[in-house]
Amino acid sequence: MSASKSTTSALAILALSATTAIARDNVQIAGSSTVLPYASIVAEAFGENFDGPTPVVESGGSSAGLKRFCEGVGENTIDIANASRKIREKEIKACAEAGVTEIIEVRIGYDGIVFASQINGPAFTEFSQSDLFNALSPQVVVDGKLIDNPYQKWSDFNADLPDVEIATFIPGTKHGTREVFEEKVLVQGCKDTGAYDLLLAVAEGDSEKAKKKAAKKACYHVRTDGKSVDIDGDYTETLARIDSNKNGIGVFGLAFYENNTDTLKVATMGDIEPTTESIASGEYPVSRPLFFYIKKAHIGVIPGLKDYAEFFVSDEVAGPDGPLAEYGLVSDPELEATQTSVANETLLTGM
Amino acid sequence: MSDATHTSLMAQSAHTRRRNQAEKRFRAYGLAAIALGLTFLVVLLSTIFYNGVGSFQQSFVNVPVYLDPAKLDKKGNRDIADIKKVSTFAYAPLVQKGLFALIEAHGIETELKKPKDMKKLLSASSTAQVRDYVISNPGQIGETVTFRLLASSRVDGYIKGRVKRADVARDKNINVAQLDLSDAFIKAGVISKEFNLGFITGADASESRPEQAGIGVSMLGSFFMMLVVLGLSLPIGVAASIYLEEFASKNRLTDVIEVNISNLAAVPSIVFGILGLAVFIQFMHLPQSAPLVGGLVLTLMTLPTIIISTRASLKAVPPSIRDAALGIGASKMQTVFHHVLPLAMPGILTGTIIGLAQALGETAPLLLIGMVGYIATNPPDGLASGFLDPNSAMPAQIYEWAKRADPAYYERAWGGIIILLVFLLTMNLIAILLRRRFERRW
Repeated sequence: MSASKSTTSALAILALSATTAIARDNVQIAGSSTVLPYASIVAEAFGENFDGPTPVVESGGSSAGLKRFCEGVGENTIDIANASRKIREKEIKACAEAGVTEIIEVRIGYDGIVFASQINGPAFTEFSQSDLFNALSPQVVVDGKLIDNPYQKWSDFNADLPDVEIATFIPGTKHGTREVFEEKVLVQGCKDTGAYDLLLAVAEGDSEKAKKKAAKKACYHVRTDGKSVDIDGDYTETLARIDSNKNGIGVFGLAFYENNTDTLKVATMGDIEPTTESIASGEYPVSRPLFFYIKKAHIGVIPGLKDYAEFFVSDEVAGPDGPLAEYGLVSDPELEATQTSVANETLLTGM
Repeated sequence: MSDATHTSLMAQSAHTRRRNQAEKRFRAYGLAAIALGLTFLVVLLSTIFYNGVGSFQQSFVNVPVYLDPAKLDKKGNRDIADIKKVSTFAYAPLVQKGLFALIEAHGIETELKKPKDMKKLLSASSTAQVRDYVISNPGQIGETVTFRLLASSRVDGYIKGRVKRADVARDKNINVAQLDLSDAFIKAGVISKEFNLGFITGADASESRPEQAGIGVSMLGSFFMMLVVLGLSLPIGVAASIYLEEFASKNRLTDVIEVNISNLAAVPSIVFGILGLAVFIQFMHLPQSAPLVGGLVLTLMTLPTIIISTRASLKAVPPSIRDAALGIGASKMQTVFHHVLPLAMPGILTGTIIGLAQALGETAPLLLIGMVGYIATNPPDGLASGFLDPNSAMPAQIYEWAKRADPAYYERAWGGIIILLVFLLTMNLIAILLRRRFERRW
């Protein structure tokens, strides 16, 4: 019977793999789910244009990717970590402790974060950071005083907004997107509405700096009475929530929105419409750079690693007319500098 | 009792009527429950079929492409190394020119004049397809060759009715003029919808080209995983059950083992995933995302199922068979292997197949060992590579597609579910047939 044959072969391979290390000839990449589509587009084109095998790209989130990246040097560890934020001091330290002392940072472009709602829903077409802060914060400013958020409808604090219940779907705390949302939307709104000053006055801390930090942290808080829902899954989950709730507002990446314009309509932020142009110029306020990090020790050991990095940032791929821009990446105006730094294998400073 | 009114036996008393009505009600409840179940099944199957059937057809464009020597072989020496240096990006203008030639040849009027406008009609894979052809047939440079290229997912969606004319106004991936041109091409027979073999045999693709994605490579991943599961869990499971059922003495220890096996069968599969991550990848350093590791994890999950069903079928063999064998002088082992095991085989195989079917549809443990990753054009080349190279599995592939932004992938996910269901139904059918044909009742 074939069962016995496959048993022996499976056991033989098991024994083989347990004793010898497996030589690896493909580039292995893990990290941010925001960068994943771009990395997979590049990996695919790389496989078509070069002789070696197509790189393997996995997702899992920026933090998880960088953690695996910092596990050490060797064929069992990944070569590249994708991240939707800059690598943190703490992570650089963890990397160095595991022997990953030489890291090359590559900025591939920018990603816009947009607020969108059902295309047939109420007219959510204009937001400011203050609107979102008022809708989401557990404490808001009314008559110069900080009180528990009394607002149930958007029109309660801004007559221009629709007269419907507040229902927002924002990325959960494990997403890199949440960080951008907190920094660029909530903190800004917090300052604009004057809540920040009031929070600063009551903030506890030893120094002025500690107080400011505490006040800023207080701005990050989101109300917990069900008006705001954390989405821990992907944008598809947010889309499903929006689909079933006419009054819902969701947070999406620009690329995701551009692929789903038939069901979603986007809102402006502070009168600026999110487009690749307005994000590249920095006018649209809610955007972030995207990165990948290369383990220099693997260059020359893993075939195709440097070719992949150079191919990724080449004009044909990451430029304004390339496939990445077509998919929704806002290409970096300083791409040329990135190309040189990849070619020269410029290391991340401060290590 | 004494002054009871005499009632006819033919007429029902109030009590009897109540009892009969209760029975009728109970039957109605039962029928309603079955009807509800069937309705759900019909709704489920028809939704899957309705959403997924589109992925088995794909739109193709027949484009004549002039393989311009000035672009593809600048030195004119037909040296394969030089030809390979020309990247897919350089092929795009050639393919676009081919489309313009078609527009002229069929006398189609369109406002699209720029080569870039043609880009959105074709899949991004088209340039690679032409390049691969040129590399394997360098002699054809300078000729005009007609290629059967994939249409872009938006054009394909338009032909299938997924992309509506009214919706494209804000879609930057396609515009109305391009849809008009597609309509004209369909009329001219340039674009046609055909059976999509690539979906069943092909590899996964990146997010920008759903039209190219197929489930074939992850099917191979599932296949290699099932080999591992079968190869390990069948001998281990059967050996364990035979020992426990036929040889082990009944004491507290075997009772504990028995209880634990039953408990293991009820452990959520994600727990096995975490175990696999800790033991196989972090401790034993087996490669990430490899079908071997996936198979090992699924083996852990399938073992209890196989052990329980094997023990049940061993138990079902009447003791008289054992007694007879022992009576004529067979040893205990001879009894088991010559008489009990053959009789229990149909039950064991049925249990194994059902266990395998369960493992085939399992996603949760695969998430943790990295099998939900993007795997492009790398089908395994050989037995070792099939076990050890990173791959996906069918359910993981479906999960991956369902997550992606482009709505075309949604259709692909449903299509993948159809294929997975066909596999599961086939396996269950085989299990039923085996049982019907070979099982003996006493």
